[in-house]
Amino acid sequence: MSEQEILDRLTLILRDLLDDDSIVLTTETRREDVPNWDSFNYVNFIVATEMQLGVKFKIGEIESFEKVGAIVKSIQAMIG
Amino acid sequence: MLQWLPPLPSNFRDALRAATEAPDRLERLASLSGHRLGFLETIQLDRAIGPIEAEARPGFAVVRLAVAGSATLDHLVPGIRVAGLRRRLLIDLNVGAYGQYRAELIDPNARLRAFRPKAILLSLTAQDVLGSVPLGVSVEDARAAVNRAIEDLRGLWRKARGEIGATVLQQTFIDTTHPVFGGHDRIVPGAPTRLIAHLNDAISEAAAADGVLIVDAARWSARDGLDSWFDIARWLQAKQEIAPQVAPLYGDLVVRILAAERGLSRKCLVLDLDNTLWGGTAGDDGLEGIVLGQGSAAGEAHLALQLYAKQLRERGVILAVCSKNDPAIAEAAFSHPEMALKRSDITAFIANWNDKADNLRIIANQLNVGVDSLVFVDDNPVERARIREALPAVAVPEMPEDPAQYVRCLADAGYFEAVGFTLEDRERAAQYSADAERNALQTHSGSIGDFLAGLGMSVRFGRITKLDLPRVTQLINKTNQFNPTTRRYTQDEITRFVDELGCITLRFRLVDRFGDNGLVSAMILRSVEGEPDAREIDCWVMSCRVFGRELEHEAMNIAVEVARCAGVRKLQADYAPTAKNGVVADLYGRLGFSRILDLSNGGTRWSLTLDSYAPAQTHITRVEDET
Repeated sequence: MSEQEILDRLTLILRDLLDDDSIVLTTETRREDVPNWDSFNYVNFIVATEMQLGVKFKIGEIESFEKVGAIVKSIQAMIG
Repeated sequence: MLQWLPPLPSNFRDALRAATEAPDRLERLASLSGHRLGFLETIQLDRAIGPIEAEARPGFAVVRLAVAGSATLDHLVPGIRVAGLRRRLLIDLNVGAYGQYRAELIDPNARLRAFRPKAILLSLTAQDVLGSVPLGVSVEDARAAVNRAIEDLRGLWRKARGEIGATVLQQTFIDTTHPVFGGHDRIVPGAPTRLIAHLNDAISEAAAADGVLIVDAARWSARDGLDSWFDIARWLQAKQEIAPQVAPLYGDLVVRILAAERGLSRKCLVLDLDNTLWGGTAGDDGLEGIVLGQGSAAGEAHLALQLYAKQLRERGVILAVCSKNDPAIAEAAFSHPEMALKRSDITAFIANWNDKADNLRIIANQLNVGVDSLVFVDDNPVERARIREALPAVAVPEMPEDPAQYVRCLADAGYFEAVGFTLEDRERAAQYSADAERNALQTHSGSIGDFLAGLGMSVRFGRITKLDLPRVTQLINKTNQFNPTTRRYTQDEITRFVDELGCITLRFRLVDRFGDNGLVSAMILRSVEGEPDAREIDCWVMSCRVFGRELEHEAMNIAVEVARCAGVRKLQADYAPTAKNGVVADLYGRLGFSRILDLSNGGTRWSLTLDSYAPAQTHITRVEDET
């Protein structure tokens, strides 16, 4: 999956999760850039992403994603 | 997950959005909740439900549920609320802070107390209740550790039930431990897995003794595999013991118990015949051509469904058949030597070529239950779609294509979830057979008086005792027709009436020459403030199975006598109309009460001066039970 395809999928997941269709994720987006993307919804986002894309993040990664770009990279490493 | 529910509509997002703005928002959301929602969709639907208002909407009931535990539980909220909507329950939730369950139950000033929950769910980790038990403990010390944990829990249950007045739902303990020895873990008393098994066994015994209900997470995690139920990453990241991906299922497991306690479980299993109870088509393939029973794998799969239906019948579920078939062929099929179900196991039997929705209405009518008591099992997706469309209140499991999975699908759905197993449940099948004999007598009797005299009825009555409580609770929560006030009470609340000063409780069993109809009516007379010689009929329920037998007249004769002995001179009673209790709109008028007031809810208030009461003549003799 290309970087943009993954970003599109992640954007849709986060829109559903936060009920906010104005969200557009880029590799540079940080959590604090998105209203209501708190730690509770961050866990939900990770769960939904793992389920929809069939991936499993390492425990250390989950704690240290600074920007969405890092999540995209991790997904690409897992599913190519 | 939720495999028995039909797949989500492809326009889910749009339907959800449209529902949110529609005037019949809750109805539309309830309809969406009946689909196979995933993790994300459950969160979306939950958001659309919004806050629960204290007042119930028509057709929905509000339940205040507190969730307390030793792990993070917030992520379970959407699944519980959505599962509630699936059963037309609006669940108002109070979620305890992480690890604070003891303080919340014990502290009289805790937020949980102010919330006044009707039910409390305890979701605890085994580690938390057991503490650390050394691997090398003796058998005795291991047992003592488990007993300590159980006594601690029972203390909390007592707080919840006695002081807060809530029903307790205790979740069984999930074994997330790893083997230390291997198979030998089952032998070593202090091995973690053995301790947890022991703990879950002990929970069953304690729950039975204390009237606590069980959410069997342990069994489900064994069924689905621990990897679906417990995700170590989520535990480390957020201290969630129940994995978020099973939250929609977990919610359903919790709510099916809340619903069962309120008498909302299904009562009747309606089965299709061809390709459901057996493989093939009896009409085309002939009796000798159908696939059933030993000798073929597919035949055994269909047989398994029959055997499961028979088990359900033994626990009190009514069985019915609804088949598009030639009636003679359908009946004849029951003489097939491999049939586990006998024709006599089937209480309502319809085989014809008519619309199945019409037939289901007829079956519900015959059995005197609502269509919302029916579960319809049919292999044919067209028939399933037809029933979902025409009768949305009927539960229609999405039967798998492979008959090998039929039983699992039906069992997973939990339609018949029960919170008790009463004598009446055990005898229900026999009672329905006796009903058939009574009907035959009625057909052959010249007049209704002859019929009633021929029944040889007697009523056994007495105060409600501890032994009666499960059945009385069931009757109060399940009865919709003969129920003038439709007040629902939990077993604990009824226990309090039994002990309440000045409160008179009565229960009635009706026996006739065809058998014991069981405990079929209960009455609660409570004191009236400022009127020491008056009592109000707070609750009076009677099973529809004994309508038309004059039991209401004899029960009132008895109630008046008992009340007189207690120094009562006046009875008053309310009728509050619902969609289903029209049959008792004029009950008190027929019993000699005077109508004294029209109530703002469209109901009526009635009064009876005992001095002027003339006992009704009935065909029922009386036997007072020692209590």
